[in-house]
Amino acid sequence: MTSRDQILADIRTALGRTAGQRPAPLTAPLLRGPRFDRDLYIQTFVQRFEKLAGKAFAVPDAAAVLPQLSPLLDGKRVVASHAPFLDTCGITALPQVQSGFSGRDALRDACAAADIGITSADYALAETGTLVMLSSRQEARLVSLLPPVHVAIVPRSRILANLDELLTLLPKPAEQSSSMVLITGPSRTADIEQILIRGVHGPGEIYAVIVENA
Amino acid sequence: MKVSLFVTCIVDQVFPQVGIAMAGVLERLGYEIDFPQAQTCCGQPAFNSGYPGEARTVARHFLEVFRDSEYIVVPSGSCTSMIAHHYEEIFKDDSKRLDEAHRMSPRVWEFSRFLLEVAKTEDVGARYNGIVTYHDSCHALRELRIKSGPRRLLAKVQGLTLREMDAAEECCGFGGTFSIKFPEISGAMARTKIDSIRKTEADAVVSIDSSCLMQLQGVIDRAGLPIRSMHLAEVLASR
Amino acid sequence: MTGAPSENIQKTLNDPRLQLAIYAASGRLMDHRATAVQTEVLPEYQDLRTQANQIKKHTIENLDYYLEQLEANVVAHGGQVVFCRDGQEVADFVLGLAKKNDARLIVKSKSMTSEEIHFNERLAHHQLEAVETDLGEYIIQLAHQRPYHIVAPALHLTRYDVADIFTERLGVEREVVPENQTKIARAVLREKFLQADIGVTGANFLIADSGAVVVVENEGNARLSSSTPKIHIAVAGIEKLIPRAQDLAVFLDLLGRSATGQPLTVYTSFLSGPRRGDEVDGPDEFYLVLLDNGRTKLLVDPEKRQSLYCIRCGACLNHCPVYRKIGGHNYPWVYSGPIGAIITPQFHDITENGWLPFASSLCGACAEVCPVKIEIPKLLLKLRSEVTDVKRQHGASGLERFAFRMFAWVMAHPKIYLLGGRIGAILAPLVPPVGPLKKWASQRTLPRPAKQSFHQLWAARKRK
Repeated sequence: MTSRDQILADIRTALGRTAGQRPAPLTAPLLRGPRFDRDLYIQTFVQRFEKLAGKAFAVPDAAAVLPQLSPLLDGKRVVASHAPFLDTCGITALPQVQSGFSGRDALRDACAAADIGITSADYALAETGTLVMLSSRQEARLVSLLPPVHVAIVPRSRILANLDELLTLLPKPAEQSSSMVLITGPSRTADIEQILIRGVHGPGEIYAVIVENA
Repeated sequence: MKVSLFVTCIVDQVFPQVGIAMAGVLERLGYEIDFPQAQTCCGQPAFNSGYPGEARTVARHFLEVFRDSEYIVVPSGSCTSMIAHHYEEIFKDDSKRLDEAHRMSPRVWEFSRFLLEVAKTEDVGARYNGIVTYHDSCHALRELRIKSGPRRLLAKVQGLTLREMDAAEECCGFGGTFSIKFPEISGAMARTKIDSIRKTEADAVVSIDSSCLMQLQGVIDRAGLPIRSMHLAEVLASR
Repeated sequence: MTGAPSENIQKTLNDPRLQLAIYAASGRLMDHRATAVQTEVLPEYQDLRTQANQIKKHTIENLDYYLEQLEANVVAHGGQVVFCRDGQEVADFVLGLAKKNDARLIVKSKSMTSEEIHFNERLAHHQLEAVETDLGEYIIQLAHQRPYHIVAPALHLTRYDVADIFTERLGVEREVVPENQTKIARAVLREKFLQADIGVTGANFLIADSGAVVVVENEGNARLSSSTPKIHIAVAGIEKLIPRAQDLAVFLDLLGRSATGQPLTVYTSFLSGPRRGDEVDGPDEFYLVLLDNGRTKLLVDPEKRQSLYCIRCGACLNHCPVYRKIGGHNYPWVYSGPIGAIITPQFHDITENGWLPFASSLCGACAEVCPVKIEIPKLLLKLRSEVTDVKRQHGASGLERFAFRMFAWVMAHPKIYLLGGRIGAILAPLVPPVGPLKKWASQRTLPRPAKQSFHQLWAARKRK
């Protein structure tokens, strides 16, 4: 008997079940609605994001993104994801920005050497100050992970209330992508003497730029 | 109105003054006291030590003794909880007694809860001049949800100042056989409570469970500290 | 029957620095949790606990069904599922895979399940380096120690301990500042991430309807372990299942808050298989290892089965007054605290760990904070009676059993009880502190029976 068959058989014996026996129905998932008005989403997101030691600001449109970011990007090695929204914001056109990687190794090496990684965000969750990133052709995983600083450009329309709303919208994230990551604050640890330290493996500094008319 | 007292074995044998105090408070409120002489113990020591069969023998006796009591008042959170909640487990294979236990459960009252919810009294006319701190005994707190009740009663005692300790909800370390099988851990837990009590500068620590008080007083005396342990009933009987 | 590690327990109790470290760390986690679940912040907290309990109950009671659904969905997304009965089968699988791919280096993120099966040790004998990448786990791996706490593995170590460990094991200059120590670890581990052939993670949840694993963390090492190497292996106990992705809303609301007070941990990864189609990065191969290792044993008893609901938040440890005194290393297995106390005697021979269910005052603090409402004190009591049953069968502890038989007989016969009580009161001052009395007296003064019992006082009162 294979281990698989053995384990399943042991389970069935223990539970008094037969193969293929359908369970009694489970009550529908209880997803709660937003706790506050949609027009408070930006404010709430910014508040929560900054409480986590991130820096967030809102700009009126895509054209206003670069002026906000330039000081931060000056003289730095930057990688950016391939998201069309970043093109719209003029980020991928900057000389110090590398983007559009088709090869995994090239992407990885660039991210490992970069000071800053810029991505868009598929969604953001206001209640917890969370960025939601699904990996895709446009959004690679490592851009928001390897460089010590992560900047996310967030279209306002993508801000949801909370995880419940995200899962209502995306009941099966696995159908969209092999990886969905919820990012809630900079990387941190308290493993040594319970002292809070940021930037252990993931980025120690995070920024969110919310584009209001997007 | 008549109330039956279940004083508990520890009060009967070691702290009878707690039973006297409780009876005194109830009489002053106009209750007629019934004390079924055949009472002994609720069976908790055996149950907690892994001897449910032996606990059942004792519990059966309890059910018989208090069969006709309309109100059973108990100066202990852990014993009340044993009867009201754990007899369910003890008698799970004995449908007749399980039924009796179910019917008895709502008639068993921890003392402070009886005063507040049946006698509907917060002020029993007590006087105690001093600073006390209150220890939340575990079964009372977590199984019976008794927390604010005793504090409300203490607040009405003339001359009494109640100061909360940081570790009020932490276990005193008694746990019945635990204190015998693991005395070093039990002692360490009690010392943490004593440290917390000392910080309040209270003269006395009050609880609704004598077993906790016995544990704490034991450590207090060993450390030579001038702190008294008092059962709530003793405070409420003070004039 | 094996006894408790009394000597080491005493040592732990006598170490003021360690006592403070454990008390302070657990105390802080308790406070953070309390803040995160208070009514003003999370009014539905108790409802969430009830829901979580019900979802887990349903899943565990239909575990085979959901495992098969999980398997089908993992495969549909291009992954593979490997069922393993025990740690040896896991090691065999990983070694086989490593050999096939000429792999030398594995990076691992925190997984109690892998500790349970001594994953790293099993691989070490085969020229396969498995490096822990969670900072706390990395430190204790270097120090050859077991984790001290489910969530905070290096809770017992000071920065000076860490400095010693790094100097000795990494050959770096002595560094005592935690921020700099972290930088050292980050640099070393980054190299490992970039070079590793295989990444191994645990899984906090397995999602049946999605064929996905969910990994929560704060550092980023699980994301890296599952993103940079070409192969990702997730190792998880079969009990980690939940039926639907949407059920995560309930569990994620509870897990972070119960563990550290965080509404969400920094990273929550929802991973379903190798990279797809045109995704630029991510692993080429994904394997989900489903481990039994005795979990099917725990399924048998309908009352004790709830032990498998545990989501490993560590809240029970933080609130346990016994854990807060004796720390994680005095428990016999990798799982410590109240959850360890109930599962250890179920996974392993109850006679080996017969003392463990008794090392509790049954205060109930654990059950109060368990996000999935495991009735820990009830299970401790059940295990206690199982231990006494086993002892009876082996003819052990006859004296104790006799004592409780006597206790029951006396308590069922009031006249004997009353007589015994009075004899006891008279004789007590003469009894030397031996046996249980000695144990009591080691810590406290002995209480004395009252000169007159309540029975006597009441009878006297009535006569007046």
